[in-house]
Amino acid sequence: MPYIDPHIHMVSRTTDDYAAMAAAGCVAVTEPAFWAGFDRSSPEGFRDYFRQLTQVEPRRAAPFGIDHYCWLCVNPKEAEDPAFAREVIQLIPEFLDAPNVLGIGEIGLNRNTRNELQILEEQIAFAAEHDQLILVHTPHLEDKRKGTTLILDALRRNGNISTDRVLIDHVEEHTIRMVLDEGYWAGMTLYPDTKCTPQRAADLIECYGSERLWVNSAGDWGHSDPLAVPKFQQEFRARGHAADAVDRVTLDNPRAFLSQCERFSAG
Amino acid sequence: MTKSQVLDRYFLEHRAKLIDLAAFLDRVDRAPGGDNFHDPRLPALREALALLHDGQPDRARRVLERFSDPTEAPLDTAPPAPVLGVPHHPPPAAGP
Repeated sequence: MPYIDPHIHMVSRTTDDYAAMAAAGCVAVTEPAFWAGFDRSSPEGFRDYFRQLTQVEPRRAAPFGIDHYCWLCVNPKEAEDPAFAREVIQLIPEFLDAPNVLGIGEIGLNRNTRNELQILEEQIAFAAEHDQLILVHTPHLEDKRKGTTLILDALRRNGNISTDRVLIDHVEEHTIRMVLDEGYWAGMTLYPDTKCTPQRAADLIECYGSERLWVNSAGDWGHSDPLAVPKFQQEFRARGHAADAVDRVTLDNPRAFLSQCERFSAG
Repeated sequence: MTKSQVLDRYFLEHRAKLIDLAAFLDRVDRAPGGDNFHDPRLPALREALALLHDGQPDRARRVLERFSDPTEAPLDTAPPAPVLGVPHHPPPAAGP
């Protein structure tokens, strides 16, 4: 079945992964800017990273029939040094007009600190000023519930962002309701050990419906599965859900949210 | 799916997970570590296990909430310790 993986870090994946994803039905990926597994030694390191996201990865994906899009930002883990983070943010405008850039992301919080929150608010303001879509990372494990609450508060304080134009990612059973109730889009990440399994994501759709929800693999350099989305499709179909119900979550919903950026035309 | 279909599809998988959990707790008991050993992960896990058979719905949500930092204010600095999967300090006891 065709699908979009709207959150995967292909810079950390092999070309064989692109081939396997294409064979499984992947027609497009969107790649948020994230932490590379180590802190960059200078803001200039991000200039090279943004070139990789806007120039290299689209070329690497194209032979497999996969459209590659991306999001730009300084990630929350490297936002603890505000001066450093602001230098990175100043680099973003020179890449905003690249043909595969969809918006600002994945911004958010990591350990829920005041510095992370300050840079989050500045990047929300940057997105509003430049009329960009936003993709939000919510923290890991014990920090997720509190971090999600702080992020929702920060978006509300800005007041210039339509909830239609923000997707809050990595929701689980204890955060999905607060995100959907405020009118945001929500992403469920299919990730081993932390976040959701395909089974739990299917449970959440059965409990909350499929409006404003998508699933993604968040495949990266760690323990993760770039074929997690088609595995979710199999799980949802095996429960007796119709093919169009599967398509809604794995194709139609990503397309609806992402098409708010006129550059997005995949799927 | 009917209840029977849910059990047919998932029971063995979760039976195995429960035995894995039992074996993990046995492994912790066998491991040396002293009589005064304390780690917030074990009491959190035991409290979460109690939620599984209290007869109330939304078990997954309530387990995740038990494993969540109960505080609300942002931190002044990032904690030096990595995330554990449970709060570093247990939540306050519920009132009467």
